[in-house]
Amino acid sequence: MTNRVLIKGVEAVALGALEGGCDCYFGYPITPQNEIPEIMSVELPKRGGAFVQAESETSAINMVLGASAVGKRAMTSSSSPGISLMSEGFSYLIALELPCVIVNVMRGGPGLGGIEASQGDYFQAVKAPGHGDGRFLVLAPASCQEAYELTAKAFELADRYRNPVMILMDAILGQMKESTVLKKLNIKSITKDDWALTGAKGREARIIKSLFLDSAELAERNLKLKKKYEQMEKEVRFESILDGNEEVLVCAFGSMGRIAKESVLKLREKGYRVGYFRPITLFPFPKKALSSIFEKNNSLKQILVLELNCGQMVEDVMISVCGKAEVISKFYPPSVLPFPEDIEREIKKCLRKVYFVSPKV
Amino acid sequence: MLKESLFRFPKSLKRTNFHYCPGCHHSLVHRILCEVIDELNLRERTIGIASIGCACFIYNYIDVDMVEAPHGRSCSAGTGIKRARPDLIVFTYQGDGDFAAIGLGDSLHAASRSERITAIMINNTVYGMTGGQASPTTVIGQKTTTTPFGRKPEEQGYPLKVVEILSNFEGVAYAARVAVNNPKRVMETKKAITKAFLAQLEDKGFAYVEVLSACPINWKMDPVSATKYVDKLTEIFPLGVFRETF
Ligand code: SF4
Repeated sequence: MTNRVLIKGVEAVALGALEGGCDCYFGYPITPQNEIPEIMSVELPKRGGAFVQAESETSAINMVLGASAVGKRAMTSSSSPGISLMSEGFSYLIALELPCVIVNVMRGGPGLGGIEASQGDYFQAVKAPGHGDGRFLVLAPASCQEAYELTAKAFELADRYRNPVMILMDAILGQMKESTVLKKLNIKSITKDDWALTGAKGREARIIKSLFLDSAELAERNLKLKKKYEQMEKEVRFESILDGNEEVLVCAFGSMGRIAKESVLKLREKGYRVGYFRPITLFPFPKKALSSIFEKNNSLKQILVLELNCGQMVEDVMISVCGKAEVISKFYPPSVLPFPEDIEREIKKCLRKVYFVSPKV
Repeated sequence: MLKESLFRFPKSLKRTNFHYCPGCHHSLVHRILCEVIDELNLRERTIGIASIGCACFIYNYIDVDMVEAPHGRSCSAGTGIKRARPDLIVFTYQGDGDFAAIGLGDSLHAASRSERITAIMINNTVYGMTGGQASPTTVIGQKTTTTPFGRKPEEQGYPLKVVEILSNFEGVAYAARVAVNNPKRVMETKKAITKAFLAQLEDKGFAYVEVLSACPINWKMDPVSATKYVDKLTEIFPLGVFRETF
């Protein structure tokens, strides 16, 4: 029997985390993601796990650090301002190579901003989660089903790479209800016997640290981490609708991807030559996949990048497309949510080539 | 037989040279900590947390599993460890800047939640590693690199008395202030640290030991004068057990 339920995106995240084997949750309340700690406070103790409501996000992320260091699957969730507060901890987690899952249900910024849907934390998530050279593996779901499945998978990926994995979503996806199948997912457990702190019994004491005063040693550490990010290329995921005859490609992620997909499908039905590309991993960004689409398709001349911010992902698109097509940035700051018809108009403008701007970023 | 017990080298103390300045009390506290870990037979199930300060290299000296926490976050990291693995024994080793300035929120909330962890705070009234700036426990009149004319109550307020605060917390099972500047006090410190681990072993609550320690370099004193100066500090920071619930 399929276990189909009608749940919100944030509920899907919590249930996905439990399916992914989450042992410990630490967090601090912030809208629009409070359902996650609320569910975890009930479900984790039942399963022998731990739930702590911390006194701040800085504290929460360091509780995650502790739980991860002793080999448990740990997570936290928050929204934009809270994520900023965790930034130092993120850098340490990356440096200490401690796996964990972090969920950011983005809200509008900067500052206190608002609680509208926004994709304003793209750069923060993808480029610089903390100080130093560290990266997260970033997954961006676009439906409740995907939020459930990607959150579960995130625990396996975090353990595999010994690196934090971020689920980057927004308030629309977080708060909308959708039919979701709570599938059994085959989430692998990965041994931590070779590094976790469990007490120095029958082996030498272990040290998990990020301080390397010897410059050669520090450089080596950084190169080791870089190599890991390169290996993450294997995890690249995206969704696309293409048949090779497109003139315009629409690129968007998360909720914006959902809106754009509807517009693209409608136009394709009417015979418009428009394709669709939705990155699911934002880091690593599907650069090669995107670039090869342009190499294979000569008729494809433009890529329209849609975002709920003032233009961030467009920079990664430009790097990926690398002059092979004209990159057009259409962005919607927080609280300005386009309808599919608005997007259709933008696509038609591209197709008519009356709309010509280099990326406004 | 007697000789052996007098000079026994703690098993949990690594045989290496300390990087601390001459006359610094850190190394002495490390040794006491190791003796307690040995005597309670905890080495194989203890996780230590190295914080940011002069003792951030503690993992080079104490032979137990250790993780480094960001500045001030040791009690939060300790919470994460203990909640994830209640069977492990967790201690933090922090300075006054780490525990009582940047980490005061983490420290007090861990105490208030009654986390079953043992926190050791080295109070030497200055930021040692960064070169002797004022800390929350800098005493009135004390000259530091950021209070070059001495700490003035009207400008920098008053020294923060952590053990006095913690002694009012219901979640705290044990809170004491000790010093290591004479043999009697060394013995008392060992007793206090033992008790602070017992609080955890017996599931009683948060345990805190503050050690008044010398920082000769930043006090601009020779080791002997610095050790003597700790006596003066006890007039401002009185020694004793402030809370003991078991
Ligand atoms: S600076 Fe002070 S606390 Fe640090 S090692 Fe030197 S004497 Fe000890």
